[in-house]
Amino acid sequence: MRLNQKITALVGIAALGVANLAGCSSSSNTGDPDTIDYWLWDANQVPQYQACADDFTKETGIKVKISQTAWNNLTTAMVSGTAPDVFTDHLNYFADFVNKKQIVDLQPYIDRDKLDMGQYYKGLADVWKFKDGHSYGLPKDWDTIAIIYNKKLVDEAGYSADEMNKLTWNPTDGGTYEKAIAHLSVDKNGKRGDEAGFDKDNVAVYGLALEDSGAGFSQEQFAPYFLTTGWTYTDKNPWGTKYNFSDKNYKDTIAWVRKMIEKGYMNTLETATSMGKNALESFGAGKFALVTKGDWMVSSYTALKDVEIGYAPTPIGPSGQRASLFNGLTDAITTSAENPDKAWEWVKYMGSAACQTKVASYGVVFPAVQEASDISQEAWAKEGIDTSAFTVQVEDGTTHLPPITDHYADILAKHQPVMDAILSGQQSVDALDAFNDEVNAMFK
Amino acid sequence: MSMAAAPALAEQPARAQTARKGKPTKAPKNDLKPALLFILPAAIGFLVFFIYPAIKGFYYSFTDFELLGDANWVGLENYQTMLSDELFWNALWVTLEYVVINIGVQTLVALLLAVLMQRLTTSLLVRGVLLLPYLIANVVVALVWYWMCNQLIGIINIGLEAIGVEPQAFFGSPVLSIPTIALVNVWRYVGYTALLIFAGLQTIPPQLYEAAAIDGAGEVKAFFKITLPLLRPVLAMVLVVTITGSFQIFDTVAVTTAGGPVNATRVIYYYIYDLAFNRYHFGYASTLTVALFLILALVSFFQLKLMRADQTDLD
Repeated sequence: MRLNQKITALVGIAALGVANLAGCSSSSNTGDPDTIDYWLWDANQVPQYQACADDFTKETGIKVKISQTAWNNLTTAMVSGTAPDVFTDHLNYFADFVNKKQIVDLQPYIDRDKLDMGQYYKGLADVWKFKDGHSYGLPKDWDTIAIIYNKKLVDEAGYSADEMNKLTWNPTDGGTYEKAIAHLSVDKNGKRGDEAGFDKDNVAVYGLALEDSGAGFSQEQFAPYFLTTGWTYTDKNPWGTKYNFSDKNYKDTIAWVRKMIEKGYMNTLETATSMGKNALESFGAGKFALVTKGDWMVSSYTALKDVEIGYAPTPIGPSGQRASLFNGLTDAITTSAENPDKAWEWVKYMGSAACQTKVASYGVVFPAVQEASDISQEAWAKEGIDTSAFTVQVEDGTTHLPPITDHYADILAKHQPVMDAILSGQQSVDALDAFNDEVNAMFK
Repeated sequence: MSMAAAPALAEQPARAQTARKGKPTKAPKNDLKPALLFILPAAIGFLVFFIYPAIKGFYYSFTDFELLGDANWVGLENYQTMLSDELFWNALWVTLEYVVINIGVQTLVALLLAVLMQRLTTSLLVRGVLLLPYLIANVVVALVWYWMCNQLIGIINIGLEAIGVEPQAFFGSPVLSIPTIALVNVWRYVGYTALLIFAGLQTIPPQLYEAAAIDGAGEVKAFFKITLPLLRPVLAMVLVVTITGSFQIFDTVAVTTAGGPVNATRVIYYYIYDLAFNRYHFGYASTLTVALFLILALVSFFQLKLMRADQTDLD
């Protein structure tokens, strides 16, 4: 009997330990009304914003405390009343924050200070306007998608950089893009994907990497294809009320991806899941020839030791143009900010040419202020990175804005299992019909 | 088996018996105040971190509370939704599959290890090594195994290829993912469970084994006729604790498969987390936690009843 009691006591102590741990989760909110708490989630961007903050404090005397923290902490902090004053916002979630009265309407401040919204790249600020037309964030950077390729593998396959820049794609036969990917795929016996006897079950190098099943915007994965077909996510943007996931162009694109997997030119979804839905390490080990990535991943890919990297723009589609989502981050002020006026000064400073020039000089992201864009290109060039594959989308005007609607989190949660099932071959693309009906029913 | 074989632990029961014989009579009343004082820290933690959130969660389960909004009473609506929610039933099945594999393998291996520890080795080093995985943070364990299981560059698959076996997507395959996650957690918890059982083995008087040996019983017979029956109360406690913990599988899934592929690893705790913190449906998520609470309470109750955990055959 003693032992039972002992174990019970042990369990009790263990449980208490857990409880104590839970109670210890500290907040980074200083509670000091003179210091602005600022949260961002990208560790790569802390140094440049710290540099901005130092200049800002010198100019205005307002202190800023920067914390790098995971996005998920934010909602928890909002509920428990420990949210920061200012944070880097996420396009998918800002509407929820407005609906739930968690972030401040910036329009009165913009109007008061007569801030020139024309200084930003066209469209960047528009998607951050709520249904009432009021702005809830000032743009600070932008991103597009390009192909990152393994230079050695592409050279061996006999493709020149020029050819890589001119690839075309369509959902029916995949165009020259699919031909290149097929040729870049190599099986364990050294046979290429376009040769007879290619063993699709024993592939050594996949022509193109699949990272996940592409639910939601699919910004990096499938958007560069389906956006060239004339397809749009919703009936209008922003604040559409009808999604188009059951349209032919979307289905055809996804069906093409599925065919690529079946042919052994792309890895299976099982493999994608087993590699953490991230091709980086496997790309570094020479398992992939191409991967479509956003510019924010460039620094991670260039840091790979064993591979030399090349960049190409995404392929030209049926529309005769390339396509990329054009997305960016903004900063938002929480309704719990102790001093919203001072918080606004900080947000305004981060959205200014002064701060964005500084940020641009670190060569990690492209600044939202057009004035600062040359400086960022120079900074990238200094590291030997040619960013033209990313910027060509902006220069040619082939960027598309991500859809802003209500219910995004729910849509994503329902989209993912459907896309998983389609890409793993359990269901046909027609499974999207029922899903799309379910989504559109949410808006009624 | 002599007392000298396991001096520190084996002496304890004997000492306890002498203490019981010469127990001085005390007035139980005097114990109450110091007892309350000792319970106080635990009680505060229990009230603040368990009872209060539990009651609040129970209330939320009848509301349409969204994480940052107001809670409106909706009666039994959430419960009706839950009964017709396919993902909820799927989550229960997936969790059950996990628990069966996890507890089944873990208990058998732990029992074997504990008996080996008692009968074969007294090495502290061996006991320490067995406990080692338990001392590593769960998320770290999950991530390391996840990396080792990478189908393209994971060391396990490179090893498999070397011996001519096709590389497997252990975490990515709908068939293999739950068994893989269950076995990773067996690896982490088996040493700890073995130690708990080992402690239980120490309460079995060695004379019984000596008597059995004189009567001609071998190791196997002694195990089934002496060890298992006398270990029953301890095993019952261990099972209640590990099964309850097993039902609450979350972290390994959260850092590896995140519920996928499709819904193959969407265990109940992960589904609840996803609903509450990614999709903000706090009210409905609370409903699922109430359901999970009821299920666990029932499981534990029947286990304790069936295994007569509060009785020992030693007295």
